[in-house]
Amino acid sequence: MTFRKLCFILAGIAILSFAAGPATAADTIKLAYIDPLSGGFANVGDAGQKHFQYMADIINGRGGVLGKKIEIVPFDNKISAKESLIQLKNAIDQGIVFITQGNGSSVAGALIEAINKHNKRNPENPVLYFNYAAVTPAFTEEKCSFWHFRFDAHVDMKIAAITDYIKGRSDIKKIYLINQDYVFGHAVRDAAISMLKEKRPDIEIVGNTLHPLIKVKDFSPYIAKIQASGADAVITGNWGADQSLLVKSGKDSGLDVEWYTFYGGGLGSPAAIGAAGEGRLKQVTEWHNALSTEENQPADEKFYLGYQEKYSDGGRAPYYYGRIRTMMEMFVLALEKAGKAEPTAVAFALEDMQYDTPYGTVTMRGFDHQLIQPLYISTMTKVGTQGVKYDVENTGLGWKTDGRVEAEDTAMPSPCVMKRPKK
Amino acid sequence: MNCDKYKNGNIAMSLLLKYGAWIGAAIIAFGLPAIVRSSYGLSLLSQVGIAIIFALSYNMLLGQGGMLSFGHAVFYGLGGFLTIHVINIINGGSLPIPLELVPLAGGFGALLFGIVFGWISTKRAGTTFALISLGIGELIASSALMLPSFFGGEEGISGDRMLETTLTWFEFAQQIDVYYLIAFWMLVSMVFMYLLTQTPLGRLANAVRDNPVRTPFIGYDVHRVRTIQYALSSLFAGVAGGLFAINYEILTAETIGAIESGNVLMMTYIGGVGHFFGPILGAVLVTFMQISLSNITHAWLLYFGLLFMGMVLWAPNGLAGIIMVHEPVWKAKLMKKLLPGYALAAIPALVLFLGVMILIEINYHLSLSINPDAPMHMFGIEFDARAPVAWGISIVLIVVGFVFLRRTVKTLNRSWQEITQIMKKGAD
Amino acid sequence: MLEYIIFSLLNSLLYGMLLFMLSSGLTLIFSMMGVLNFAHASFFMLGAYFAFQISVYIGFWPALILAPLIVGFLGALVERYGLRTVHKYGHVAELLFTVGLAYLIEESVNLIWGRSSVDYRVPDALDFAAFTLFTTDLSAYRVFMLVISVSMFVVLFLILTRTRIGLIIQAALTHPDGVSALGHNVPGVFMLVFGGGCSLAALAGVIGGNYLVTEPAMAAQLGPIVFVVVVVGGMGSLTGAFVASLLLGTLQTFAVGIEYSLSDLLAFFGVTMEAGGILKDIWRIQVSHTGPILPYLFMVLMLIFRPKGIMGKRES
Repeated sequence: MTFRKLCFILAGIAILSFAAGPATAADTIKLAYIDPLSGGFANVGDAGQKHFQYMADIINGRGGVLGKKIEIVPFDNKISAKESLIQLKNAIDQGIVFITQGNGSSVAGALIEAINKHNKRNPENPVLYFNYAAVTPAFTEEKCSFWHFRFDAHVDMKIAAITDYIKGRSDIKKIYLINQDYVFGHAVRDAAISMLKEKRPDIEIVGNTLHPLIKVKDFSPYIAKIQASGADAVITGNWGADQSLLVKSGKDSGLDVEWYTFYGGGLGSPAAIGAAGEGRLKQVTEWHNALSTEENQPADEKFYLGYQEKYSDGGRAPYYYGRIRTMMEMFVLALEKAGKAEPTAVAFALEDMQYDTPYGTVTMRGFDHQLIQPLYISTMTKVGTQGVKYDVENTGLGWKTDGRVEAEDTAMPSPCVMKRPKK
Repeated sequence: MNCDKYKNGNIAMSLLLKYGAWIGAAIIAFGLPAIVRSSYGLSLLSQVGIAIIFALSYNMLLGQGGMLSFGHAVFYGLGGFLTIHVINIINGGSLPIPLELVPLAGGFGALLFGIVFGWISTKRAGTTFALISLGIGELIASSALMLPSFFGGEEGISGDRMLETTLTWFEFAQQIDVYYLIAFWMLVSMVFMYLLTQTPLGRLANAVRDNPVRTPFIGYDVHRVRTIQYALSSLFAGVAGGLFAINYEILTAETIGAIESGNVLMMTYIGGVGHFFGPILGAVLVTFMQISLSNITHAWLLYFGLLFMGMVLWAPNGLAGIIMVHEPVWKAKLMKKLLPGYALAAIPALVLFLGVMILIEINYHLSLSINPDAPMHMFGIEFDARAPVAWGISIVLIVVGFVFLRRTVKTLNRSWQEITQIMKKGAD
Repeated sequence: MLEYIIFSLLNSLLYGMLLFMLSSGLTLIFSMMGVLNFAHASFFMLGAYFAFQISVYIGFWPALILAPLIVGFLGALVERYGLRTVHKYGHVAELLFTVGLAYLIEESVNLIWGRSSVDYRVPDALDFAAFTLFTTDLSAYRVFMLVISVSMFVVLFLILTRTRIGLIIQAALTHPDGVSALGHNVPGVFMLVFGGGCSLAALAGVIGGNYLVTEPAMAAQLGPIVFVVVVVGGMGSLTGAFVASLLLGTLQTFAVGIEYSLSDLLAFFGVTMEAGGILKDIWRIQVSHTGPILPYLFMVLMLIFRPKGIMGKRES
């Protein structure tokens, strides 16, 4: 036997030992959770998984749905579109037909495309996708798909809520826009400019800056520009380090503005921003941890504390995605209404479904699959002052509601033209 | 492959051996779908095929040309983006190119960029070249998000690979069709890249790598040789990118970025830069680790890092180097002298690995899993991660494994010395 | 406008000094050993995390001393048991060793401190505005950062010019072989320089960690920019690194203020661009958007046209 032959035989054995994926029995209803579970964004992905697991615990504690338990099956996509598509195949191979994902519009866009193609090419074996956090408006507008449901308010809806709130704040005269230089940042900027012009034509937009994504370490030059412009408020879609460094840098320069953000309470941000955000940092969300006390909802408070007890890692990663609760409850209702765990039937059941959350009725709009829900503007406030009871991420700072924007006021028109399968 | 050194007159035999490897590769590439039927398995294999082309093209720089690049994904990504744009143009109806040939669009596009960037960056090799490649990589990756009309912004550019015109009967709706296309291009690229190493250019690239001062004396322009090598390497990276575009039907900015550049570096290095087939092994192993290991354990990045460090420290010639070291021993029919030593060393090595693995898994469970209080499962055994028993066992395993490994490695080294002695005598 | 210019100058100085603290160690290591330490920013991160942990237990001030010492010791260990082993395989192996090390350090930080940012705050004693000029505050902590970095520069300068070991290091920067031939323990000096360089990075981490954000990604984000400083400054020149840091600080700070794009430039010459085609975005990018990527452009151009750097003594 030659050395080369030996190598071939060993290689052959290695190939044969690679077995095909295992088949799974359908004794549970599986929801594939495709999000980053390793690498730089794993903290966000882990937190999302805990939210879903908590909801599954609760639903299964009630006896499950259709006589079956719900099982969350995590898949690590490392926030890469490529790996997400491979993991999607993996999930489909395991017989999973319900997919959820939230982090990164790049991943969401890739999944929507891939699921559209899969369902077209394999009509007998469709897959349904629930998006809980990717906010590019196009997903429920030009790119809308029958197989995609979004449970988060998209960029334009969030800006609509912020501008609705600013409409009533006559003390704000000058606004500065600073955003990351990519599609999302551009969308925030454009929406803010057009809606401010419409709702408060007297407001002057004193600056409009884009900066490269996650490349800026020192924001003080930008702060100097904001300072020089004399702005009263800043609207920004920045997330992660771009947001924390911006707000911290503002505090260091004594910049006196209100920060209107999307992700001020986003996982990890409160700890990173800390005291720099007190009284200044505002966020727009469908839920925050002071709502239950402010609106006297003991059941929701119990729900929140249950999560804090079991999954929050000693309070360091608190409950954040109010919409995951809404999504899972609506998923259960849709399964019951459809009577079977079959994607097409569940999708039809979800269309135009209404659901009563502790904070008002939400509607899954049928023609574009966008959830319409009330939104809250809240400010980072020290615990113990102004009735704030719970802090976030052990910072001693919590949230206090400034205003509520009703669901119908956040609804945006959509040019969606959807192709539907036969019922 | 580099058996040429050992051929001793029997040309027919060595020819058969040479082509045997290629025939074997083709049989494996086209026969695998018979074993792997799941669409996940096929996607994995498709990704492996793409990674093989990409890693081999990278080795044209690092292994054959001595140029350490931190920005090779630029060409992979540009090739991919060009291909997806071409696919969209074809779908628009104005360009009748069959899908099978579309990867070439990515390849030749990348070639053009490769000529430009190669000319700029290859005046010097070594650290200067590495830093220029890093700088160019950062520049292109940053501008990818700023130029959404070409790179598609965050959502990237998507397309539909089911074109009207195809050369074959495949319609590319299913993964298996795409896999065969990737396998075909993989084999073609492999053959061409191998043939390139046999051309005067390939030999010159080696000469430039080994002694850039002396090469000009024999009449060759170092800068030009490097530029050509660089540009050709970009061509194959572009083909890999083109196949990526067909396989995933979407291109996002991540494809062009530093992570992908780092990945291909690690693949190539782990596989081994000194042998033509090294990067193939690396591409297979690393792709499997990244995609399937991450579903098994969240600690995979740590294992991956440890593997890479281990290779750098103890096996700088990579997996291929480890294998090829044994070739002369096998030829001299002395393997039987080594096997007992290996068997003996394998046991404590396994014990050590097991101990380290348990320790890592316990720590990951405690600090990064979604519910640290839940019991852990390993090898079908359920236990509490906080229990001192688990810690104790893992530490004992590590200590015992380490102590015995050191001893057995000494024995192994002795038998290696013996064998070297014998082989020297045989040579004399 | 005057306010904006003054504060932009101040910002340039502050950012430049932070960059210098980070890169001075790397310049020393790179010039002397020829190793481009990819893990340098990881030691910066370790400095920040150790400082956070120490400040939880005993406070910020001890951390200012202890964290750099611990990291310096770790760095020396890495040199002794890691780099020296791979040295025989050449520079590529050494470089890859540091790449792998950066990888492992990041994963270990994830494992120990978790994946989110830690709440490492500016000490209360320095959490006030030092002075207010026009309408902008300058926080006491930034003044403190400036003091630390300037004094570090002075101490480093004194050590290198006034002590025996400093002279050996200086000699080894430019003529490593000659120093070795004179009978000095060059491996020992290497270990010292590597450890020292790491502890300088760690000091930058201690004072930069709470000014920026202490999170596992901080190393990967700062890594490449440090190379830019080293390359632009030039091999074997601390002064070069100093000048390059300030230059890059200024470049980035002032670019933010310039709101002109290519199309504006063309318009100035009377040419109007039709916005269309696949590359139409190039025309709309304003200089202010590009601030943080300018350094890379600068680095590439520098390497192509003057690989010695601004004040380098020799090429790599």
